Amino acid sequence: MSNNSKEDWLYTISPKHKLINFNFKEIWKYKDLLFLFVKRDVITLYKQTILGPLWYLIQPLFTSIIFTLIFNKLADIPPGDGIHPFLFNLSGITAWNYFKECLVGTSDTFKKNENIFGKVYFPRVIMPMSVIVSNLLKFGIQLLVFVGFYLFFSFFTDKSNNAIPKISLIAFPILVLYMGLLGLGLGMIISSMTTKYRDLSFLVQFGVQLLMYGSAVMYPLSYFKEKLPNYYWLIEWNPIAIIIETFREMTLGIGSLDVSKLIYVTIISIVVFLIGLVIFNKTEKSFIDTI
Amino acid sequence: MNNDVILKAENISKQYRLGTIGTGTISHDLNRWWNKIRGKEDPFLKIGERNDRSAKGKSDYVWALKDINFEVRRGEVLGIIGKNGAGKSTLLKILSRVTGPTTGNIKTRGRIASLLEVGTGFHPEMTGRENIFLNGAILGMTKAEVSLKLNEIVSFSGCERYIDTPVKRYSSGMKVRLAFAVAAHLEPDILVVDEVLAVGDAEFQKKAIGKMQDISQGEGRTVLFVSHDMNAISKLTKRAVVLANGSVSYQGPTDKAITEYLNEFKTKKAIVEWESIEDAPGNEYAKLKSASIVDENNKLKSKFNITDDIYINVEYWDLNLDYNNTAIIHLINEMGQTLFASNEFVAPNWLDFHSQTKSIIKSKCKIPGNLLAEGVFSILVAVGNYNPEIIHLIKKDLLSFEIYDHTSGEGVRGPYVGKWPGMMRPMLHWEIEKKDIIE
Repeated sequence: MSNNSKEDWLYTISPKHKLINFNFKEIWKYKDLLFLFVKRDVITLYKQTILGPLWYLIQPLFTSIIFTLIFNKLADIPPGDGIHPFLFNLSGITAWNYFKECLVGTSDTFKKNENIFGKVYFPRVIMPMSVIVSNLLKFGIQLLVFVGFYLFFSFFTDKSNNAIPKISLIAFPILVLYMGLLGLGLGMIISSMTTKYRDLSFLVQFGVQLLMYGSAVMYPLSYFKEKLPNYYWLIEWNPIAIIIETFREMTLGIGSLDVSKLIYVTIISIVVFLIGLVIFNKTEKSFIDTI
Repeated sequence: MNNDVILKAENISKQYRLGTIGTGTISHDLNRWWNKIRGKEDPFLKIGERNDRSAKGKSDYVWALKDINFEVRRGEVLGIIGKNGAGKSTLLKILSRVTGPTTGNIKTRGRIASLLEVGTGFHPEMTGRENIFLNGAILGMTKAEVSLKLNEIVSFSGCERYIDTPVKRYSSGMKVRLAFAVAAHLEPDILVVDEVLAVGDAEFQKKAIGKMQDISQGEGRTVLFVSHDMNAISKLTKRAVVLANGSVSYQGPTDKAITEYLNEFKTKKAIVEWESIEDAPGNEYAKLKSASIVDENNKLKSKFNITDDIYINVEYWDLNLDYNNTAIIHLINEMGQTLFASNEFVAPNWLDFHSQTKSIIKSKCKIPGNLLAEGVFSILVAVGNYNPEIIHLIKKDLLSFEIYDHTSGEGVRGPYVGKWPGMMRPMLHWEIEKKDIIE
């Protein structure tokens, strides 16, 4: 009898923890919370702005215009045969933005939610996951814009005749998944580390900027290799550069699709995500004491 | 009947590092990690001191909680009381899984939801209705559960009219009402409540306490209730745990726990004095010199028989040449309720003593015997002036004394020895008339 009652505890709060103590059942129970956080992020982001959700579109469009002016017109980077440079830049920026927003949005999870985390318990990972999902909506809208311009350039101009989607486009959701995993994983690592040492939050601010230049957003990988072969190793194994290059290959039909590199990206994404999860898990138990 | 225990805390301890987090942290972290990979115990767990806020310690590490043990039965409302910094909030944080314990563990048979601070996660830009859903979900309800109770929640909060208005337009009282309404409709197995009743107006507090009573009694929910409000504690709980400096100092029936807690507070002081005018509390208009409690023979005393007259002396430097200063005392009972306040200015010759020269004023107030009930009382002393209303100094809990009843019939209770109700025990005047019934 006493043996029996020892075992039927619902759960135990204790200082020991497993490396990954991920309670999927619990997370599933809190799925409504995830959607409510997404809803909150979406409906409150542009409250009391005049242009509202139009901001979703303005930012990538203007960035693309500037990039086209600077990198293609001024610096003469060729976007590839028969592709309009604006379309080239828009595709890179659309993909890059999703990763960036995921990374930046999750990298201050603990600091930003200190108040709410300090008072109630829910699976903490809901918070960064909700960021990924709400960014997915944003990404979807930006993708629609990209498709709109894509159709415009293909049918109404003769500057993008070579822009033909490849059959590999069906693997597009997987690419998005990788971006989400990488952004979430890195974001969770950074947010966990910053609870104790704030240095990393400064790194994120300009690190993301630097990373963009190393991620083939405004140039094709092949062009980099041709011009700066000695430095190619710097970006050759950057998973984001590979993802963006693949994204362009799928949608615009330019660039290279290297299966071995994609396998590498798969492994990296999963590893980064798992490391993030482990560190996040370790931190969530006691971060409130150190933040 | 082991199964009746729904929550069990075993040797819960929590260590905190004092001071700022800096380079010291990283070296300690490395040290910890080095010991951990060699399979050794964390070296910093051996050090650390009892958590006494006022005493300066030697160690950088402090035990906010040390070896806490208690059990809660299903359907029980357990009170947790203790001074500021005794570890109540830390314990609640561990219970509600906001932070983990350093050692020990808590076993539970039910879902714990906490009401640590209401309104968690309210977003100012969202409407009341949207916030109800969000807040409910944060507290662990599903969308369907909230929808089911939406009407109930809205009407309990009394904010029907504003329910589709962004919360940022709410008054702070309305926010609290709405938040409490959501939390009160939670249905966890164990509810942890911390000080929420200290908010809202009197009407809402009454409603909140009523709801708490319903939850604990009617619905048979297990509740852990933390509060400074001894009134609420004694109304809602039958058993309580007293925390002092991070450990359990008493565990048992609520009324005894409250006495224990209050005793801890009140080191009975019959006199407080300040040597020099520089150290004394006050401002350029008045400084307190001393305050004391004496009996009719001017002897310092902190224990009085219920029939004794009690005299309170307040001595102060009166430096106010603009207005007439007055000494003020408040008499406060164990529950923290002010029984009465009295002012020096009721003295008929009060005006003769003030606003003329800088002086030392000594005023004496008589509290007649046969007025107060048995118990421990604390005295608040203040000096100020009315018209304009300025308080120059105010000292809470400055003095305290105890009243006991050792009478053999001459007190209010007469020869009766049982429990005598009432916060006061004045000897009132009774008149009797008699008419014989003629049959």
